[in-house]
Amino acid sequence: MTVTLVLVIAMAVLFSCGVYLLLERSLTRMLLGFLLLGNALNLLLLVMSGAAGNPPIGKSAEGITDPLPQAFALTAIVITFAVSAFLLALIHRSWQLSRADEVEVDEADAAIGRDRDEPADEDPETTTDAEQEATR
Amino acid sequence: MTWLVPLLVLVPLLGAAVALGLLRHQKLQRAITVVVLVVALAVAATLMVLVDHHGTIVVQVGGWDAPYGISLVVDRLSALLLTVSASVLLIVLLFSIGQGLAADDGEAPVTIFYPTYLVLAAGVLDSFIAGDLFNLYVAFEMLLVASYVLITLGGSEQRVRAGTTYIVTSLIASAIFLAAIGLVYGATGTVNIAQISERVAELPEHVQLLLHTMLLIGFGIKAAVFPLAFWLPDSYPTAPAPVTAVFAGLLTKVGIYAIIRLETVIFPGPQLNTVLLVVAVLTMVVGVLGAVSQTDVKRLLSFTLISHIGFMVMGVGLGTVTGTAAAVFYTVHHIVVQTTLFLVSGLMERVGGTTSTRSLGGLLKAAPLLAALYLIPAFNLGGIPPFSGFIGKLGLFRAAAEDGSPMAYVTIAAGVVTSLLTLYALMRVWDAAFWRPKPAAEAAAPHATTAEPHAHLRSPEPAPLTVSEETGEAFHPGGSVTVTDAPHASSASRPTTGSTATVGEAPTTVRLPPMLVGVTTVAVLGSVALTVVAGPLYGYATRAAESLESPDRYVQAVLGGDR
Repeated sequence: MTVTLVLVIAMAVLFSCGVYLLLERSLTRMLLGFLLLGNALNLLLLVMSGAAGNPPIGKSAEGITDPLPQAFALTAIVITFAVSAFLLALIHRSWQLSRADEVEVDEADAAIGRDRDEPADEDPETTTDAEQEATR
Repeated sequence: MTWLVPLLVLVPLLGAAVALGLLRHQKLQRAITVVVLVVALAVAATLMVLVDHHGTIVVQVGGWDAPYGISLVVDRLSALLLTVSASVLLIVLLFSIGQGLAADDGEAPVTIFYPTYLVLAAGVLDSFIAGDLFNLYVAFEMLLVASYVLITLGGSEQRVRAGTTYIVTSLIASAIFLAAIGLVYGATGTVNIAQISERVAELPEHVQLLLHTMLLIGFGIKAAVFPLAFWLPDSYPTAPAPVTAVFAGLLTKVGIYAIIRLETVIFPGPQLNTVLLVVAVLTMVVGVLGAVSQTDVKRLLSFTLISHIGFMVMGVGLGTVTGTAAAVFYTVHHIVVQTTLFLVSGLMERVGGTTSTRSLGGLLKAAPLLAALYLIPAFNLGGIPPFSGFIGKLGLFRAAAEDGSPMAYVTIAAGVVTSLLTLYALMRVWDAAFWRPKPAAEAAAPHATTAEPHAHLRSPEPAPLTVSEETGEAFHPGGSVTVTDAPHASSASRPTTGSTATVGEAPTTVRLPPMLVGVTTVAVLGSVALTVVAGPLYGYATRAAESLESPDRYVQAVLGGDR
C-alpha cells in the first residue's frame, strides 16, 4: 500500500493538537479539539484508501481510487457535524447557567477533597442569572 | 422471514420521525412510542424463535451481496439480546410514562423525550444486528447521540456538568473505534465482520495485536471495564430515573456484546484472554469497593453496575464455550436486574425525597411494597440462591474451574468477594433506607447535609428547570407551575445554604402512582421469572455460545450459502 507522507504528517499534527485541546478544561477548546480529532480521523480513512487514482465513476475500471473509505469519511463528517452542533448547544447552555466556559467541579469529588479551592464564591450571582433565565 | 430484520431499525426510526412531528400532541406521541416498541419486541421475539430453529438469518441490505453491501446478521446471541433489550426498553418507557402522568412530577419528560428514546432504541437494536464494523459504528453513534440528549434532558447545571464528562468520554471512545475501523480496512481491505474474520489470520502478529487492542479499548470504554470506567458513576446518577435505568441496562451491555463478538468472531484466538481476566478481576473488585464507600443510592448502584460488568468480561476472557454461555446468561440477567434496581431507586427517591442513605429512613413503614420491590432484585444481584444472579455466577465459576488455571481461580475468588460485598452494600442501603425508623434518620440528617450537600441537590433541582424551560420556550401556558417552583431552584442550586431546607420540603407522604408501582412490579417479576425459565434460557445461551465456538459458522452464514 502506498501512502502519502504529507497526509500522514498532517494527520499526526491534527491528532496531537486535537488530543491536547481535548484535555483542556475549557469547553470551547474541547470542541475545537474534537473538530481537529474528527478531521484527523477523516485523513486516516483517506490514507487507508491507498494511492490516489482516477475517479471511481468513469469509463474504465483501471486505476480508480478506492471509493469505500470516502464513503466512510462522508459518514464520519456528517456525524462529527451533528455532534459538534450538539456540543455548541451544550456549551451555550453551560454558559447560560454558570457563566463559565469550563467543566464544573463534581460535588462528590469536591466533598472528598474539600480543602481544594472551589469556585463557590461565584455562585450566588450565577444562580440568580440562571433563575432569571429560567423564569423569563 | 428475512424482511423482519430491518424492521428492528426502521420502525423505531420512522416512529421517532412521526413522534417528532407530533410535538404538540403528547398523548399521540406516547401511543406511537409504545406501539413502536411493542412491534420491536414482537419482531425480536419472533426472530429469537426463528433463529433457534432455522439457524442464523442474514439480510444483505439493498440486495448487494456480502462483501460489497451491508449485511445484517441475527444469530442466537443477537436474537436473545434483541428480545431482552426490547422488553427492557418497553418497561422503562412505561415507567417514564407513569412518571410523566403523575401530577406535579419534577422529572416530567420534555416533549423531545419520546422521539429521542426511539432513536436510542434504534441504535441499540441496530448494534445487535450489525454485520459490518462500520455499521456497528453508525449504530453506536445513533445510540450515543440520543443518549447525549437524554442525559442532559432539561439542561440543568448538574446534568450539563455530568453530561459533559459523559459526552467527551464517549467521543473519545468513538474516535478510537473509528480509527480502529480505518486501520482494519487498511490491513484487510474490508469492514464486513465475516470477511475480516477470514482475513485477519493472515496478518502479522503485531498488526493483529494492535487492531485487537484498539477495538477492545474502544468497546471497553463503552462497556465500562476497570481502567476505563470512571466516567460512569460520575454521569449516570444525575439523569432522570428511567434514563439512568435504560442506560445502565443497555448501553454498557452493547459494549459487552461488541466485546463478545470481537473475541469470538473477529479475533477468536486466545491472544488477549489473560488480559481480559486481569481486567475482569480489577473491574469487579475496584467497582464493588467504590460501591461500598458510597452513600447515595444511585451512585452506589452505578458502582455495582461497573463491578458486575467484570463478571461478563470474565466469562468472555475464559475463551471457552461454557464461559461464553455463562457470560451471555449473565448479561441477560444483569440487564433485567440492574434496570429494575434503578427503577426502584427512582421510586425510593419519590417516597423519600432523596437518594442519600444518610437522610432516607422509615421506608419500610411508608411503603412496604416498595421494600419488597427493592429486596428481591437486591438479593438477585448479590447472588442469593433461588435467583438468576446465583445461577449466572455459578455458571461463570464452573466455567472458570473447568479452565483450571491459577488465574481462573483468582477470578473465582474475586467473584465471590465481589458478590459478598455487593450484598453488603445493598443491604446497607436496605438497613438505612427501609429498616431504620424515620426519626433516627432525621437525627442523623443534619450531619449529612453539611457533610454532603450534593446528595440532596440532585433530586429536587432539575425539576423546576425542566418545567420552566417547557413553559418558557415551548409556549405552554403553565406559568403558575414555574412561579411556585422557582424558589426551589434558587435554594437547591446553592450548595451552601439550600440543603437543609430542601430536605425539609421533601415530600414525606407521597403516595406512589399505581402505574409506576405496577411497572416496577412487572420488572421485578420479570427478574424473578428469569429463575423460572433459567433452564431453557441457559440452554439457549449455551447454544448461542456453541454457534460462536468457531467463527466459521458466522462466516459461512454471511458469505457462503446465499439464500
